[in-house]
Amino acid sequence: MELNRTELAARQRIVGAIVLAVGLVFVFRLFQMQVTTHEWKNRAERLTEEQEVLHPSRGLCLDRHGELLVANAPSYDLMVVPRSMADIDTTALAQLLGLGREELDTRLSKARRYSRYKASPLLRQLNAEEYAKLSPELWRYPGLSIRTKPVRQNVHGIASQIVGEYREVDREDMNRDARYRLGDYKGKSGIESQFELELRGTPGIRHHLVDVRNNVRNTLTELDSLPVSGEDVTLTLDLELQLYAEQLMQGKRGAVVAIEPATGEILAFVSAPSYDGNLLTGTSRGAAYDSLSKHPWKPLYNRAVRGTYRPGSIFKMVQGLVALQEGVISERTHIVCNRDIIGCHGAHTQDDLRRAVVHSCNPYFYDVMRRGVSRHPDLDKFDNARLGLGWWTERIKEFGLGTTLGGHIPGTRPGLVPDTTYYDNIYGKRHWTYRTIYSISIGEGELLATPLHMANLAAIMANRGWYMEPHLVRDIGGKGKPDALQQRREVGVDAEHFEPILDAMQLVIEDGTGTGRKAYTRGITTCGKTGTVQNRNKADHSVFMALAPRENPQIAISVYVENAGAGGDWAAPIAGLLVEKYIQGEVASSEREARILGATYPLDPDFAEAEWPTSSVNTTPAP
Amino acid sequence: MAHVIRQHNTCPMTSRRLQLTSRLDWVMLLTVVLLVVLGWLNIVSATAEADVVWDMGGKAGKQLIWMGVCSILMVGLLAIEGEFYIRTSVIHYLVVLALLAAVLVIGKKVGGARSWFGVGSFGIQPSEFAKTATALMVAWFLSRDGRPWRTLATRLQSIALIAFPAGLILLQPDAGTVLVFGGFVFVLYREGLSGNVLLLGVSALVLAVLTILLGASESWYPFAGMSSGFWWFLVALAVLGLGALLLTRAATLPRFRKRTTIWGSVLLLGSMIFSTGLHLGMEHILQRHQRERIHVLFGIDVDNPDADYNIRHAKAAIGSGGWTGKGWAKGPMTAYGFVPEQETDFIFCTVGEEWGFLGSTGVVLLFVFLILRVLHLAERQRSQFTRIYAYAVASILFMHFLVNVGMVIGLAPVIGIPLPFFSYGGSSLMGFTLLLGILLRLDAERFFVLR
Repeated sequence: MELNRTELAARQRIVGAIVLAVGLVFVFRLFQMQVTTHEWKNRAERLTEEQEVLHPSRGLCLDRHGELLVANAPSYDLMVVPRSMADIDTTALAQLLGLGREELDTRLSKARRYSRYKASPLLRQLNAEEYAKLSPELWRYPGLSIRTKPVRQNVHGIASQIVGEYREVDREDMNRDARYRLGDYKGKSGIESQFELELRGTPGIRHHLVDVRNNVRNTLTELDSLPVSGEDVTLTLDLELQLYAEQLMQGKRGAVVAIEPATGEILAFVSAPSYDGNLLTGTSRGAAYDSLSKHPWKPLYNRAVRGTYRPGSIFKMVQGLVALQEGVISERTHIVCNRDIIGCHGAHTQDDLRRAVVHSCNPYFYDVMRRGVSRHPDLDKFDNARLGLGWWTERIKEFGLGTTLGGHIPGTRPGLVPDTTYYDNIYGKRHWTYRTIYSISIGEGELLATPLHMANLAAIMANRGWYMEPHLVRDIGGKGKPDALQQRREVGVDAEHFEPILDAMQLVIEDGTGTGRKAYTRGITTCGKTGTVQNRNKADHSVFMALAPRENPQIAISVYVENAGAGGDWAAPIAGLLVEKYIQGEVASSEREARILGATYPLDPDFAEAEWPTSSVNTTPAP
Repeated sequence: MAHVIRQHNTCPMTSRRLQLTSRLDWVMLLTVVLLVVLGWLNIVSATAEADVVWDMGGKAGKQLIWMGVCSILMVGLLAIEGEFYIRTSVIHYLVVLALLAAVLVIGKKVGGARSWFGVGSFGIQPSEFAKTATALMVAWFLSRDGRPWRTLATRLQSIALIAFPAGLILLQPDAGTVLVFGGFVFVLYREGLSGNVLLLGVSALVLAVLTILLGASESWYPFAGMSSGFWWFLVALAVLGLGALLLTRAATLPRFRKRTTIWGSVLLLGSMIFSTGLHLGMEHILQRHQRERIHVLFGIDVDNPDADYNIRHAKAAIGSGGWTGKGWAKGPMTAYGFVPEQETDFIFCTVGEEWGFLGSTGVVLLFVFLILRVLHLAERQRSQFTRIYAYAVASILFMHFLVNVGMVIGLAPVIGIPLPFFSYGGSSLMGFTLLLGILLRLDAERFFVLR
């Protein structure tokens, strides 16, 4: 097939058209890439722009007088950039870090897998001592560097159950709040968690241009923002009192809650055995947590708000108050101590209300409640009990019992004040009478309350008829206390009815035969009441509640010492010491103090044998 | 006119009195100068790492020296009579063949290919000059008598002339330059090669793309379970091809039927063998990374994140340019080393990132204009030698442009090949100066030479 000259010359158009077509395809493609989509632009930004997060310093925790409770302390992560590591002596490095050769190799290859150019942690949260040991040797190992990262430090190692943990976020936290990234920390429990939003502050961002090796090459300042520090949280705790309370409770199991009656502010809050919260940070956390959680005394269990105990004799005062208010009895009502109905103790036969409280007379309060719940002569005993209990439950709940007291303290349990539904479920409707349920009249039976409830009860006594919901926070970032925490809650009993009860409580401490004699402090009019909570198979819990001074009370307190015996023996002197410490600023009665501090736990020999984590982060040797 | 030309022809000495400045194709020369200057600005930016420092020892400085050398070279080239190039074509060709053979033995290995002669800190790449020499040789060979493409012997010989240096370069191995030699198909097409060859080429390309795409997919087969989707494709190809063949046969006149059947069968069998061969070659002969490169090009997911690293970053750089770009020496992608080989093969990324759509379109159009200008030059020649040579120049420029820009914008596979006048490199710049300088001189003589 021969072609002539002109036909061949025409082929120039085909060749030219191909060139033009390719050019147009390229222009079209460039238009698509550069103008119509942002896909590549975003990708380029991801590659070249790095946002450095400037971590704000976390808000501090202070006590009611501004003393530092929880602060920020530096911790050190040993970082490695695998690419920069020359042929280093891994054996020597393993020795320096206190790791096995294989462990080190595993960690290095993990870092290499993450990125050869970006730093990743080789060892996390070294403390100052470990850091001091490492830093002079670091120059030998190119590619290794130190990154400081603040951790929380509980300055005195106290109130750890309240303060809570500040730990690395998990997947769930990151899903819930996009602000948290892998490796960030947040409050995971207690105050740290409750006020996370206020404490954490706002991070700043610094924009960098990085090169392909991830070195910072330039900054884009116009988009930068500075970090804003978190707000300080001022707690209601009194550092001195808290320290002293924890000291007194050492070697014991139980709880102490002290409240400022006029405000509902918690002055001291101890769940014993307590532990140093600093144990649960840094490299030692795992081991410490393990031994704490396995310890037979359950130190992680917050007894002050989660431990529910029968209120015992202390409850008799509530019965008295309600009966006075309802006119069921007067303060001069005498009732025969009829021990055929219910057991009693001590030598008394026919007490009035004051003596009955002092003697903790069981038949007296049995009868007081009986009178209260059978006021309808036209009804039978079943309906009388039903009707009476309905009324009674409502009155008792006014005292905060059976409620979470506003729920301002995480984990607070309501305890139990049984109502008609409760007994209906157990015995069936119209199958129970007062004889069935009478043990609640003396604070036993199904009644349950926490140490917090008991301290609040003391506050009610101190205020003569009202309380503010107990709480732990005075101020956040200078904004003051929310109004909700400044509302008086009236219990529905007139102030005048409290005087005979307070008389009795004063007698409990000041009378020669009073059960709370060991709470007596010269110069302070203390009112108190012992409770001895019976336990099946085990020794009684020693309980005491008190308020002081009687006029213009400063402190209301409850003390629980588990399995320690009578309330007057252990709980009363501890309460006395705390009252003395708080009101007089120091403790003069050194004999009483020495007895408490020197007490080897009388009834639980297991304690000495159980393993207890003793080392704290600041003294842990290098791993 | 004819009289005047004859006069010149009979009197060859007059060409020496050629008014070079008035005959020179200034449009083309200025286009080239513009490209070189733009290219140099981009090299400065690409090698400056954000702070432009004037340092003659750096790559931008070296390129400036090369630009000076090439300017002198260009003047020299223009001063030499065209007849010299024509008569020495064979010598050029033989020298280049010798150099190509020598570089395989004593060359320096750079990036896996033995393609450089090292001379101090400068290197010389003979394959850059092979293009010019082959263009001269083919032009000479095909213009010896009036109608050269007639005999089978001439056809085979001219193909061999192209294949020989291409084969030597393939041994280096330098796939990009070999691809450029493929561009000679346009030259041959202009000189008489059947258009069916081009069609066949396009069909083969379509077939290859389908083979690769379906070859990478997974499909279910009766009795054999899961396997590559290619085998379904082969079945479909056979069935459809056979159907098309029978239809065509039925539609042709009875006396042509036998021929249709034969050619149709040959085509069908040929395409099936081609496709199968390609598939098996992809699976069993190519290395894993080579296969991944091809898969990346076709948008097939590759397990290895490094496989498309270069092209991903190149595309990100270009795509981030937007309408007008980030400004000269202000592109972080190129400044901070995200784009590999950014002053040589990936120089177009700098254009895209810093000059945006407007700038990169401008560069693309400048290249299209240059190639079309060369084609225009080719067609205005009376000398067959110059026409063939000009076609070769246009084809070489076109292939470089096609493969290089196509690669960085993700339309062609990643094959290292410089962008003419833009990419950093003395050999490349000198090679293209030679190519165009000779063309300019030959074109300037177009009224004096009739050959």
